[in-house]
Amino acid sequence: MKGNEAIAHAAIRYGVDGYFGYPITPQSEVLETLEALMPWETTGMVVLQAESEVAAINMVYGGAATGKAVMTSSSSPGVSLMQEGLSYIAAGELPALVVNVMRGGPGLGTIHPSQADYFQATKGGGHGDYHFIVLAPSSVQEMADFVGLGFDLAFKYRTPAMILADGIVGQMMEKVKLPAPRPRRSEEEIRKQCPWAVTGRPEGRKPNIMTTLELDSYKMEEHNERYQRTYREIERNEARYEEFYTDDADYLIVAFGSIARICLKAIEDARAQGIRIGLLRPITLWPFPSEAVERLAAKVKGILVVELNAGQMIEDVRLAAARQLPIRHFGRLGGIVPNPQEVLDAFHREFIS
Amino acid sequence: MAGFGGQGILSMGKILAYAGLMDNLEVTWMPSYGPEQRGGTANVTVILSDSPISSPVLDTFDTAVILNQQSLDKFEEKVKPGGTLIYDPYGIHRAPQRTDITVHRIDAMEATFDMKSSKTYNMVVLGAILKITGIVPIDSVMAGLKKVLPERHHNLLDLNRQAIIRGMELVTD
Repeated sequence: MKGNEAIAHAAIRYGVDGYFGYPITPQSEVLETLEALMPWETTGMVVLQAESEVAAINMVYGGAATGKAVMTSSSSPGVSLMQEGLSYIAAGELPALVVNVMRGGPGLGTIHPSQADYFQATKGGGHGDYHFIVLAPSSVQEMADFVGLGFDLAFKYRTPAMILADGIVGQMMEKVKLPAPRPRRSEEEIRKQCPWAVTGRPEGRKPNIMTTLELDSYKMEEHNERYQRTYREIERNEARYEEFYTDDADYLIVAFGSIARICLKAIEDARAQGIRIGLLRPITLWPFPSEAVERLAAKVKGILVVELNAGQMIEDVRLAAARQLPIRHFGRLGGIVPNPQEVLDAFHREFIS
Repeated sequence: MAGFGGQGILSMGKILAYAGLMDNLEVTWMPSYGPEQRGGTANVTVILSDSPISSPVLDTFDTAVILNQQSLDKFEEKVKPGGTLIYDPYGIHRAPQRTDITVHRIDAMEATFDMKSSKTYNMVVLGAILKITGIVPIDSVMAGLKKVLPERHHNLLDLNRQAIIRGMELVTD
């Protein structure tokens, strides 16, 4: 099935309570598949096409405030519209899942694949000092798996999580093993798991009040310090990545999402010519796997960062490398996807010739 | 696989991918997506492999299936030396030039006219692909089709099988 379809199936199987979204290429199959599967008749999951992305993210905000497992999905221009809501959800310390199947920008841009929302996803995006967990799938299998992982992490740390995919992994079809279905949590279970929720107090008691407004700056600083403690804890515990051929590598390619697979093919072709390149694929983009970059940067002659943008993740790679070595970028813009040979040509240009 | 939108390129690729699944192969199906409706150009990269597939995007191809002139212009040079190019001359005014690859001309559109069943055009082409490449047996394709087609359309399975067999018969060399 397609990556977008896998997200929809995985959401129902995870026991998600509500999906709120608005169609946009290249992720419309998420909403379409959910509508076709009609989970409201089986698990009771709500699926609603909102009037806009702004409405959708605020429905997510409301649902999350009651401790429900709620999500939305969109693509780059739509996710830009959601940034205010995301800032509020982060400030409210609410778990939620947002899927961004990126397309080329800026502006309405193109419907073709891109990774140009890396900054927006990993550096906050909306106003205020906040982060959320960002997972970058590179296969249809990971599209399915990261729904559950995203919600698990979101509830564990009470923070929104994002699946940052792109048009390739959203549109391509591959084999996928869907997670085992599990029932949605009962109201009782939600109250137990989420005593902080608006509806989290025992029946008959006054509900919790949730607000992100605090006019007392000292209290607001305390809130901020609490957010930052959570972020440090996430950075310590949750950085995820995958390595290929790094044991004997003379050079390193760092790439995320579907582009990492194109790079892996390029690396296999290079190894056939006797050039030893390794691949580091960050799975979490925030927290960024800085320690892995530092460890590998210590033993290679150069790093090529390959992204579908003009150079965004390369800033985190440079920060993490902790020593002077050539760190170069190769990117295609505006919806163009490079093939393995182009990646290899870029490598030769930067490091060999 | 490349041609006009509406020729059934994406579906043909999907059915081949499902056939690969039936044979326990690793598969990827990567379409050109977007406004490629009837009349525009459409192409899809299908990989069937007995080992895990790294890149779903490729620069050169073992086999190219070409169903219009624009696609021939774009993809002829991207067939690997020693690879295979299968094309339908209907609507193509310049035959493939390469001599370092095997070129198969398949008059699938003409055969479809004879069969008076234009909707099975892509299955005729698929039949030719199966015969030429031997990549999966017809039984796997039929098992895949059965899985993809909603049950209310299962009465069409036999028609599709006939179209595939017709496509196999078109391969002469």
